[in-house]
Amino acid sequence: MIAWKIGGEQGEGIDSTGDVLSTVANRMGYFVYGYKHFSSRIKGGHTTYKVRISASRVEAATEHTDILVALNQETIAKHAGELDGGFLLADTAFKPVLPDHVNATLIALPLADMAKSHGSILMRNMVAVGASAALINLPTEPFLAYIESKFKAKGDSIVAANQSALLNGYQHIRQEYPNFSSLTLPPPTPGDRLVLTGNDALALGALAGGCRIMCGYPITPATDIMESLSKWFPLVGGVVVQMEDELGSITACIGAGYGGARAMTATSGPGFSLMQEGIGLASMAEIPVIIVDTQRSGPSTGMPTKPEQSDLMAMIYGGHGDGPRVVLAPSSPEETFEDGYQAFNIADILQTPVIIATDLALALWSQTVERSALDGPSVPIDRGATVTADELRALGDSVFLRYAITADHISPRALPGTANGQHLATGVEHQPNGKVSEDPVNRSRMMDKRLAKLAKVHEMRPGIKWEGPADADLVMLAIGSTVGAIREAKEILVAEGYRVAISWLRTLSPFPTAEFRQAFAQARKILIVEQNATGQLALLMRQAGVFDPLRCEQLLKYDGVQFFPSEIVSRARPLLTQYAEVTH
Amino acid sequence: MATLQDFKTEEKSWWCPGCGDFGVLAAMQKALVAVGAEPRTTAIVAGIGCSGKLGNYINSYNIHVTHGRTLPAALGLKLANRDLLVLAAGGDGDAYAIGMGHFMHALRRNVNVTYIVMDNHVYGLTKGQTSPTSESGFKTKTTPKGSIDRPVHPLMLAVSAGATFVAQGFSSWQPQLARLIQQGIQHPGFALINVISPCVTYNKVNTYDWYKKTLLNLDDDPSYNPHSRPEALARLDATDELVTGLIYQEESEPYETQIAGFRDTPLVAQDWHVDNATWNQILKSFE
Ligand SMILES: Cc1ncc(C[n+]2csc(CCOP(=O)(O)OP(=O)(O)O)c2C)c(N)n1
Ligand code: SF4
Repeated sequence: MIAWKIGGEQGEGIDSTGDVLSTVANRMGYFVYGYKHFSSRIKGGHTTYKVRISASRVEAATEHTDILVALNQETIAKHAGELDGGFLLADTAFKPVLPDHVNATLIALPLADMAKSHGSILMRNMVAVGASAALINLPTEPFLAYIESKFKAKGDSIVAANQSALLNGYQHIRQEYPNFSSLTLPPPTPGDRLVLTGNDALALGALAGGCRIMCGYPITPATDIMESLSKWFPLVGGVVVQMEDELGSITACIGAGYGGARAMTATSGPGFSLMQEGIGLASMAEIPVIIVDTQRSGPSTGMPTKPEQSDLMAMIYGGHGDGPRVVLAPSSPEETFEDGYQAFNIADILQTPVIIATDLALALWSQTVERSALDGPSVPIDRGATVTADELRALGDSVFLRYAITADHISPRALPGTANGQHLATGVEHQPNGKVSEDPVNRSRMMDKRLAKLAKVHEMRPGIKWEGPADADLVMLAIGSTVGAIREAKEILVAEGYRVAISWLRTLSPFPTAEFRQAFAQARKILIVEQNATGQLALLMRQAGVFDPLRCEQLLKYDGVQFFPSEIVSRARPLLTQYAEVTH
Repeated sequence: MATLQDFKTEEKSWWCPGCGDFGVLAAMQKALVAVGAEPRTTAIVAGIGCSGKLGNYINSYNIHVTHGRTLPAALGLKLANRDLLVLAAGGDGDAYAIGMGHFMHALRRNVNVTYIVMDNHVYGLTKGQTSPTSESGFKTKTTPKGSIDRPVHPLMLAVSAGATFVAQGFSSWQPQLARLIQQGIQHPGFALINVISPCVTYNKVNTYDWYKKTLLNLDDDPSYNPHSRPEALARLDATDELVTGLIYQEESEPYETQIAGFRDTPLVAQDWHVDNATWNQILKSFE
């Protein structure tokens, strides 16, 4: 496994450099995980892009760096400490200095000048990628092929210039440092894989699941979903509307859901707060709608570019009154894709708002995914129970009961356009026929119905996932992007000889209490790992009655930096050593 | 063909006897019959307020949303099923206070929806507070010494915000109001019909008699040209918006016909599976 990082000023082509390396490594058959450090500004400001490259799946951040490409001294000052025996590749233009305490080989090369000699400083990224390829001992052919396909449309001379810039960087290392010993990666396992982010996966899932209306308001880190769908919807007859605010975004989706189409909105903290009003309406009027919350650091504007998992209470309990809704929690691009289409089936079947809880790291960071995990054309589409014009005609003089009390608490919908199905759908408490009512008996029945129908979600999908022995000495529990980190932590601990498992919640609301109880019955210790200050996942467990204070430990982080497996290992190891004596 | 009776429900009205909203309801029903609408393909999005109860009394598909949000819901509904005749209705508070943000954007978006604002210059359902259309000096429980805010001018705002159809009616003047609503429905785009609909309980200033004395009827002025924006603005300014009739209309192409790749078949009636060729084309960008 190799961790490569580039750092410089925002706007200097940092992103495109990382993209080239991760795309080519993925095409060669390696697994990549790419993530960035950025701030809420467009030009200027320190930024980094890290790519982990491995022969097997990677899905977490790391503190360690093997190759640091520095476009300025600030990058060295901030990140050289992550190197331990690797390479510092820096532009001679700023006269880079390797700090005394750092154990690394400084490779200074005139990146900018070399780029200019091929036509433009913009090709600095190609020179840097070429030099990096030499340091990792990767062949140049896949890079050259990538450049060819990427720049073909811009003409042969652009292709040739970029290729020679890359080769120049590669050869420079080979010639100037003939005796260096490069880092090495095990041989790749070629396959049919893609590189995508959680946002990409979500947009793909929604598209495959029949979403054709997306109404949103731009916000980091949700905006890509809207941008991707804007690109794709014209191909399938869908529409993206950039609304005036999130109140409008969710209400437009509710209008569309009432009309029988599949509509979605995607937002993050500040926008999610505004959407509470609409979530209550959809819950009360029993109208399907999908809301994606790509959680970021809050409250208020918080830290817009930093990850956090602190909207759990807002997603499950937010808004006034008892507003039942379903909350799904994917932890990888594959699960995000799955939830992206399944949410629409659940919403149509249960006639309720469905929230997909992702987080900034899951939403924005890219990783290798098998193409076979994204079989869009064959995903199931279930529009839920509706009544037909014939069924309505058969009612004769009796009125259609939009909110009929039924055995499974689900009242078939009449979609607008269906003869004799006219009714009132309302956020005001109503009788089975839709008419407004404050009758106490009716009120209780209606509230019970809206609450009870949600349990069915547990028949449609697993509420929790588990990897490892059921009677593990320690099980680490997380949601979202943190699952990648606990999985890597588990691998480290297992290699040290410990009996460790991981688990993650797939459905946050309604809480999968029975499944949870069963799965955790034999675990000796439970470490709940979450990115918020108040332990919201643990609170959910307490509320469900599955938080056992004798077995549960918590690891919280809310500094805006995603979890590193190493810090989870450090917290977990002492919990395990107490059993080491027992088991060994 | 549907008749007036087809658009009625058996629900007993909650409005105060004499409320202007009765006239708005009647004119809407007449207009629906006149345009040849059918209950099954008519959808009404109503807001919160006395006015918002309107959906209870029309036999059509009705969705009663949150306060101020009729226009986003109407947009979504129209996009979901473009074969529906979509109307939105609500009070002046719903439209021009809490819903003002949506109002301005609906005007420039121009989706084919007819918006009927039942304007009584007061908050009815919350029992008589000042509204954005209340005149300065209007005394209510929240403005005991008289409102010091200036009133909004929704019609001038609409004309300048890019509206393609702006009209004002008076609930007592049924034939004109029904005709304006009919024209609004037939207009291919967003149509605003602000309807003076007196509140007999909480507005003792802007009464039926007061309006009958002050309202100017544009139908009586053959020289008025409703296709000129400057003329519309000038007339609205000169009359302090106390006019009825078609105020402004321009050639219009509705939002939904301009969306790239949007199909004639309503979304709700389409097969939503993505075909392999399209899917593979999209996945290419992730290779
Ligand atoms: C978010 C929100 N705030 C406040 C209210 C209380 N409320 C109900 S109706 C209304 C105003 C009604 O005035 P208007 O829109 O002019 O309609 P009218 O009753 O006069 O027809 C208010 C403030 C509410 N329902 N929702
Ligand atoms: S309070 Fe006013 S607006 Fe409400 S029903 Fe009575 S008269 Fe009509």
